[in-house]
Amino acid sequence: MEQKDVAVKNPQVKPKDRTRWQQFLHDVKQSRHLYVLMIPYALLFLLFTVVPVFMSLGISFTYYNLLQKPTFIGFDNYLKLFLEDDVFIISLKNTLILAIVTGPVSYILAFVFAWLINELPKHLKSIMTLIFYAPSISGNAFLMWLIIFSGDAHGYLNGFLLKYGMIDSPIIWLKTEQYVLPVLIIVQLWLSLGVSFLAFIAGLKNVDKTLYEAGAIDGIQNRWQELWYITLPQMKPQLLFGAVMQITSSLAIAEISISLVGFPSVNYAGHTIVTHLMDFGTIQFDLGYASAIATVLFLIMVGANLLVRKGLRRIGD
Amino acid sequence: MTRTKKLKKSTKQNIFTKKRKLNRSLVGDLVLFLMLLGFGFFSAFPLIMTVSNAFKPLDELFLFPPKLLPRNLTTENFRSLSELMSQSWIPFSRYFFNTIFNTVVGTIGHVILASMCAYPLAKHKFPGRKLFFTIVVYSLMFAPQVTSTPNYIIMARIGLIDTPWAIILPAIGSSLGLYLMKQFMEQVPDDLIESATIDGASEYRIFGQIVMPLVKPAWITLIILLFQRLWANTGGTFIYSEELKPVSYALSQIAQGSIERAGTIAAVSFVMMIVPVTMFILSQSQILETFQTSGMK
Repeated sequence: MEQKDVAVKNPQVKPKDRTRWQQFLHDVKQSRHLYVLMIPYALLFLLFTVVPVFMSLGISFTYYNLLQKPTFIGFDNYLKLFLEDDVFIISLKNTLILAIVTGPVSYILAFVFAWLINELPKHLKSIMTLIFYAPSISGNAFLMWLIIFSGDAHGYLNGFLLKYGMIDSPIIWLKTEQYVLPVLIIVQLWLSLGVSFLAFIAGLKNVDKTLYEAGAIDGIQNRWQELWYITLPQMKPQLLFGAVMQITSSLAIAEISISLVGFPSVNYAGHTIVTHLMDFGTIQFDLGYASAIATVLFLIMVGANLLVRKGLRRIGD
Repeated sequence: MTRTKKLKKSTKQNIFTKKRKLNRSLVGDLVLFLMLLGFGFFSAFPLIMTVSNAFKPLDELFLFPPKLLPRNLTTENFRSLSELMSQSWIPFSRYFFNTIFNTVVGTIGHVILASMCAYPLAKHKFPGRKLFFTIVVYSLMFAPQVTSTPNYIIMARIGLIDTPWAIILPAIGSSLGLYLMKQFMEQVPDDLIESATIDGASEYRIFGQIVMPLVKPAWITLIILLFQRLWANTGGTFIYSEELKPVSYALSQIAQGSIERAGTIAAVSFVMMIVPVTMFILSQSQILETFQTSGMK
């Protein structure tokens, strides 16, 4: 047993007469205990995360309502989605607007807050971390925004604006088309300092302090130069991880839309790809169509992630 | 000369003394601190209002300007909440039991299985390792909603619909925990594992007795993350029997009332948020330690 392990770790001792295939089988056999450790998790992960992506792609080419057998209909679902379904186009537009605003803004805010918090004394630092992180784990506490944006004069925002004479009569924020997306953006930003924020705070602790002193000797004069030339390049791994978390959640906005502006919202002003998907997947039970929506969403999410990753990798190069 | 003086000075830090930290100006510190305070208020205001509304009597709820603290503290809202709870035709203890069952089984399962899977990925080279981890990283790039429809079909096929396992099993197989655990385990020194191998310990023993005790901050993080997820899960379309629904579902039903129920809604939100927030407060330092290794290449 020990002999074999040495042979695996030392390529020079490897028998030269093995073909690549034999070597592969040998390696697999050597690692069998490792596979045993991995199998239980891997099965669940594959069954509920990986297989569904491919199933979704497959079902998207069919008509399927769970009761009858799926029938193949080619690209019909996709054609209907992009050519006939006006509501989908609205939801696509809303999703992209929400993501393009909340994604980058929440990402930058998460970093800036983490960076500022990092310089505070220890206890203040823990308190501020909690204040910014708490909204994302507070369950349905975001319902408080229902009262803030409430359409009558009791709503905090209306009350405030009325008191200072900025409006004459209360505005029905949640049911007026033009205000729906701005409201969702504000609430999503409030909710969005999640795991990426924690990753940034933790990542800042990793930065080697002596680099700052060395930088000062090399002529760095203020905090902004220090941030750009030393901190950001050092934080690259966390920045990449945080980007993934932030992009994925900014494209998946649904729950706050349903709870705050209703489902369906007024003139679909708060409809997103995910709410459209829920409509067909869990209410109308047109699973083929829902799968086509899911596949489009999957491509947008992974595409956006890969694109942003490519850009972020250039930091400090 | 002046540089070295500056460096010596930078060891003491206090925003109001003249000894400034390296590259920090007093004006900048003040401006940024005020900005942090402003955004901190924006972040905390809805939560503070939730907590204070939960303890406000009805006549104070709709006062303008809203009071951050209740004038007459009352537990009226919690009493009306428990009254609503006792009116439901499923005893409320049943909802609590469901949540506890889902959370405990799901969290323990996730921590154990994800750690078992993370260990080989972090510490060994074997065929398929790179491919598997790449898939895990890709899986972080899309939200679970993408897979909800096929998940429903799969669960219907294997008979998981309307059982607690429809919530528990996908949570156990969620990938963020595996990712964080694997990144954290990479720090475990190779020497420890090698010397244990030479002493004849099996991989299972190395995992259980050497690696696991060293990655405690990571399990705490996985526990907290999965707890938050399961605590907030309402069962959605996967569970339709009332007696299998979790407490978050029952509370969200109560919270769906109109604005006149604002006090009760605040009481519900308070109950829902206080548990995960307390857990985070207690484990903040371990969680941050775990996230130090969360970086991507």
